[in-house]
Amino acid sequence: MKKIVVLAKQVPDTANVTGDAMKPDGTVNRAALPAIFNPEDLNALEMGLSIGRKLGFEVHVVTMGPPKAVEILKHALYMGADHVRLISDRRFAAADTLATSYVLSEAVKKLGEVQLVLAGRQAIDGDTAQVGPQVAEKIDFNQITYVTQLKEVAADHIVVERDGETRSETIRTGFPVLLTVTAAANTPRFPNAARMLRFFRAGLESDFSKEELETAEPAGWVIPVWTLDSMGLDPARCGLNGSPTKVHKIKSITLKGTDLQLFEGNKAGIQELVQNIVKDYVEVER
Amino acid sequence: MSNYYNSSRKLHFSQLALEPVVRNLEHDFENSGADSLRSMEEALTWYDMLLNNAGKIAGDFIAPRAEAVDERGCSFENGKVSWAPETKENMDMLAQSGYMGAMLERRFGGLSMPVSVNNIIVEMISQADASLMNLYGLQDIAVTLQKFGSEEQKQRILPKFAKGEVSGAMALTEPDAGSDLQAVSLKAVEKDGKWYLDGVKRFITNGSGDVLLVLARSEAGTTSGRGLSMFLCEKSPAIVVRRIENKLGIHGSPTCELQFNMAPAELVGKRKFGLIKYVMSLMNGARLAVSAQALGIAQAAFEEAVEYANEREQFGKRIVEIPAIYQMLKSMQAEIETSRALLYRTGLAVDMMEVYERKAEAGEKVKSELKSATALADFLTPLSKFTISELANRAAYDSLQIHGGVGYMKDFKVERLLRDARITNIYEGTTQLQVVAAIGFLVKGLFEKEMEEVRTMELPDLQKEQALTVSLLDKTLSAIASVHEMENLEFHDYAATYLVEMASILYRLKLYLPIAEQNPDKRGILKFFLMEADARITDLDTRISHLKKQYGNDISVLKDDFLK
Repeated sequence: MKKIVVLAKQVPDTANVTGDAMKPDGTVNRAALPAIFNPEDLNALEMGLSIGRKLGFEVHVVTMGPPKAVEILKHALYMGADHVRLISDRRFAAADTLATSYVLSEAVKKLGEVQLVLAGRQAIDGDTAQVGPQVAEKIDFNQITYVTQLKEVAADHIVVERDGETRSETIRTGFPVLLTVTAAANTPRFPNAARMLRFFRAGLESDFSKEELETAEPAGWVIPVWTLDSMGLDPARCGLNGSPTKVHKIKSITLKGTDLQLFEGNKAGIQELVQNIVKDYVEVER
Repeated sequence: MSNYYNSSRKLHFSQLALEPVVRNLEHDFENSGADSLRSMEEALTWYDMLLNNAGKIAGDFIAPRAEAVDERGCSFENGKVSWAPETKENMDMLAQSGYMGAMLERRFGGLSMPVSVNNIIVEMISQADASLMNLYGLQDIAVTLQKFGSEEQKQRILPKFAKGEVSGAMALTEPDAGSDLQAVSLKAVEKDGKWYLDGVKRFITNGSGDVLLVLARSEAGTTSGRGLSMFLCEKSPAIVVRRIENKLGIHGSPTCELQFNMAPAELVGKRKFGLIKYVMSLMNGARLAVSAQALGIAQAAFEEAVEYANEREQFGKRIVEIPAIYQMLKSMQAEIETSRALLYRTGLAVDMMEVYERKAEAGEKVKSELKSATALADFLTPLSKFTISELANRAAYDSLQIHGGVGYMKDFKVERLLRDARITNIYEGTTQLQVVAAIGFLVKGLFEKEMEEVRTMELPDLQKEQALTVSLLDKTLSAIASVHEMENLEFHDYAATYLVEMASILYRLKLYLPIAEQNPDKRGILKFFLMEADARITDLDTRISHLKKQYGNDISVLKDDFLK
């Protein structure tokens, strides 16, 4: 069966940041923040579900993360995803976008028969917007980033609008293709009541006792997990080992508003504006 | 991001002894399929998810559309009724989220949700957009069909309701049959074993819907309620919408005048049981839903008032600090909190009645249980509607007052709340009719029996409050007796409004005392409410005894000035 894969991420709810959101070493203190479904990944899933229903494609959701990330997979099931899968291994930890896109691209390949990959434009914890494009490169799909609207769905093509910064672009594309989706694209559906009933008991195999598994397996409550070994991945390209990005230091910078300043609308004025911004807000460490 | 499933709703829901209801709905937890609940714990987990999800839909999706719904309203062109586009979006979202068959059995694609849970969903939806409740609440049509329809009718119609593919209407009211439904005259004619409906219905909420339950006179020549039967009538060219009403509030729901031109119909249940059994059941469901709608409006009005009173500064301070303002807020808060206890308890009473109805249907010997459960539901339903629909009006009124001049303008939400609240104490039986429906249970002793436990409750931290409640109860019981012993029907009817209000206050005290005992943070509300209750019951009691002294059996002279 033809498949749509939605790449999802569980992220700390950065809209509800409290005092201890950062650890002293400059990494995110995930324990201090509620974990949520990355908002734009919900838009990607919504688009996946609506295309999937129209074309009869199966909708798969995969996430790479710790066992706790199963929560967003359950949410995806409540919304209507046909299959969900957790990609989890201690050796995936501390992955940057390069290592993450390697693992996710291998998952897409392993699933097979994938026509469409959808991802949120960016995650609210890293804000890089790089994972989607890197996956597209690795699986050799065309990519359309910053999708703001799904305009047409047909058996052999879709038409989308993307935000091209200075203007919007309308693009018609065949399959396979990868899209990264923005919040403007749609309103994600809410969980479905009957699907919540069917799946609220879902979890990882380790969450069930042996006896419980006898009911849980046929009911579809056991969420499958792929690991580094089960996917046959190269450990050197995963997690910290596969991540050339190194965070040197993170500082908390508070921006303070000052008086309104007006600049001339000519080249000299703009130059002055840019210099002021650099002087006030850009910190360069040497 | 707002979730209307707030801590007060959670607390009051947690008070309900739901287990017998859930056991009955879930077949004693004996089914083991993926779509079955296997324990009370699982049920509560799922209900909590349902309520949280509905709270988010109400807060994040429905509420932001409410202003547009109110402004656009429904339209009527070329005989076709259209909802506001935002109403359509709301209904589509509720259908997609699976809530349109909330109380239908799962075999019809429903959720088998207790009334108690749905009640809270109705309340939250109404807080977001009161007019949407009128469409969501029409699930009661499907529920009535589930109770009284034939298996064939159920199989054919109910799954479409559950998917949200069809909407319904209950067509009862006629130009000359409003509060007095016994006067219904729309004709049902039987020809060659088939039924046809002929006549006019008025003020039909969503009369343009696909599936109508129609009360009609099947027994030609009769004039009483016993000549009426209930019919299922699907949309056809033989049903013409003549007009939609231009209303003060609830603009999102179309109120239609319908002309039936020998429209094909099917009998529901038994002939002649239309009014006395089926409509009574339908109407009680609708009254509960209107009570929940009213409480949602009251909650919205209260929240708007608190927010505005904190923002607005006059005389160098926030107006929330002014006694005349927080006086209104405190009263709203206490009334809403105690009314929520009453509303949820009423939902449970309806649930319990239905449990025994289903047991009786299945052949179990539960006659006396069914009788007392029905009596309690029949008492609490009008008591709730009486109490809460009046509260919604007062809360909206005071909230607008707190807003001052801007509250009178369309720019603020509160003027819509005021308009929407106004219908709640009129439709599905006016406040005055709720009094008629409730008063019998005061006279016949159910109220007294229900209140007995307030004397023996274990309330170690609230002994003084308990004692005061008991003394107010005694005062009320003797007021009831003193009116009853006059054996004067007119005086009895005159005093009924006062007595039912006293009963409402006491019943809410009975429900709120244990809540305040368990939750120290609720004691402030209890104490304030009790102080007000003391004053009000004393006032009403005094009024009754003065009336008795001054007019007694001559009470009817009070109407003389108005007779023309």
